[in-house]
Amino acid sequence: MIQFFNNVVSWLPELLAATPLTLTLTLVAGICGLVFGTLLALARLSDSLVLSMPAGIFMFVMRGTPLLVQLYLIYYGLGQILPGTWVRHSFLWPYLRDGFSYAVIALSMNQAAYNGEVLRGAIRSVPKGQIEASVAIGMTSFQVLTRVRLPLAFRDCLPVLTSDIIILLKSTALVSTITVLELMGTARMIQRESLQIYEPLIACGLVYFAVVIVLTNIMRPIESRLTRFRRGNT
Amino acid sequence: MFLTYIDYMGWGAKGWGDEFFFGFLMTLKISLSAYALALLFGFLATAAKLSTNWFLRAMAVTYTTVVRSLPEILMVLIVYFTVAGLAETALVKAGLVDKGFQFDPFWAAVFALAFVSGAFMTEVLRAARLAVPEGQIESATAVGMSSMQIFRRVILPQMMRHAIPGMGNLWLSVTKDSAIVAVLGAFSELLYTGYRAAAATREYVFFYGVTAVLFLLITLVSVAVLQWMERHLNRGYV
Repeated sequence: MIQFFNNVVSWLPELLAATPLTLTLTLVAGICGLVFGTLLALARLSDSLVLSMPAGIFMFVMRGTPLLVQLYLIYYGLGQILPGTWVRHSFLWPYLRDGFSYAVIALSMNQAAYNGEVLRGAIRSVPKGQIEASVAIGMTSFQVLTRVRLPLAFRDCLPVLTSDIIILLKSTALVSTITVLELMGTARMIQRESLQIYEPLIACGLVYFAVVIVLTNIMRPIESRLTRFRRGNT
Repeated sequence: MFLTYIDYMGWGAKGWGDEFFFGFLMTLKISLSAYALALLFGFLATAAKLSTNWFLRAMAVTYTTVVRSLPEILMVLIVYFTVAGLAETALVKAGLVDKGFQFDPFWAAVFALAFVSGAFMTEVLRAARLAVPEGQIESATAVGMSSMQIFRRVILPQMMRHAIPGMGNLWLSVTKDSAIVAVLGAFSELLYTGYRAAAATREYVFFYGVTAVLFLLITLVSVAVLQWMERHLNRGYV
């Protein structure tokens, strides 16, 4: 038993060294997902069918299929669509050589679809009076969007966005299947090299647990600061 | 060009149509079994979380907190390798089964998926149970119902109305999480079938596309059924 725990602890340094990559993936895909998600939500809410229909279909497809399928489709499929060895000779080769960029693309698109759906609801539930008031004092519709609708919507759905970030962090484990050596990928590599089945997985679980706890505790004060008004002590 | 794709999806030894058909059924089988088992875990853990026994409460809280903060793929790997192996050793040592006994890998995978979803199910069911007004239970006690009767006639019908949206979302995520089982490489469910077909023919876009469309089909049908169920359970409250 003691041997077992010693083994678990002995893998921790190696796994901790892989944690920045997991965090980078989360951060990059999280930011891209938020930006594209906002655009998706606005497109979905637009009056023009040319904008709202593709956005709706995109969100439905991304939310209705497993992330793992999307990862495989992008990782294996992109090379097939691009003609011949074009990728290898193009300026993109340094980026498309390893799994990282594919992982970022797939994770960002997936996250954008989920964030888009959340933001769509939040933007729609901004009180009408707020918008009428902004129009009345002469704001352009772009000003109304950036100064009134979006800030209110973001504040409203912040808790959901936070839990989406946690889900994203957990989803990054899936990119270990397309050769990215983040936390999960490193744990599986140790598994293969050391022929220990349980210890690397348990150690990996400990690191994920710690990261999730830290992340939740970073977001909590931000949330409570932005929703001060609800406690009535503005 | 178009004809080759039809050939690809043909039935029999040459085409992949039959493999995809059985893969589709396998995904449904895994998802349904895992969901049913997750429901059982969910009810047990909810009962433990709301019980007066501190030990049961602590166990249930640990279960939901730990499982919900770890990636699904990690949990599936841990449970698939660890728990199945440990349970086998324990059963052999207890003399309940013969030496060399092995769990059917299908059930090990289903158990792993259900163990993960069970934690999320617990949170859904707990919230639904707490949404049933205390007065309902007090009046049921007052008219002399036994606690089993109270659960079956008063609590369950009222909590299901609150639980259905969460349970529906969970069903959708179980069907999608079942794809993780492909990583184990032991079952020909949808994604693994797509993986083998794509690797054999090098038609990655087409076969992963087919996989995605079939998953989408499950989602589409499920969403329609869930909407009908929600309407049905809310019919007295409009």
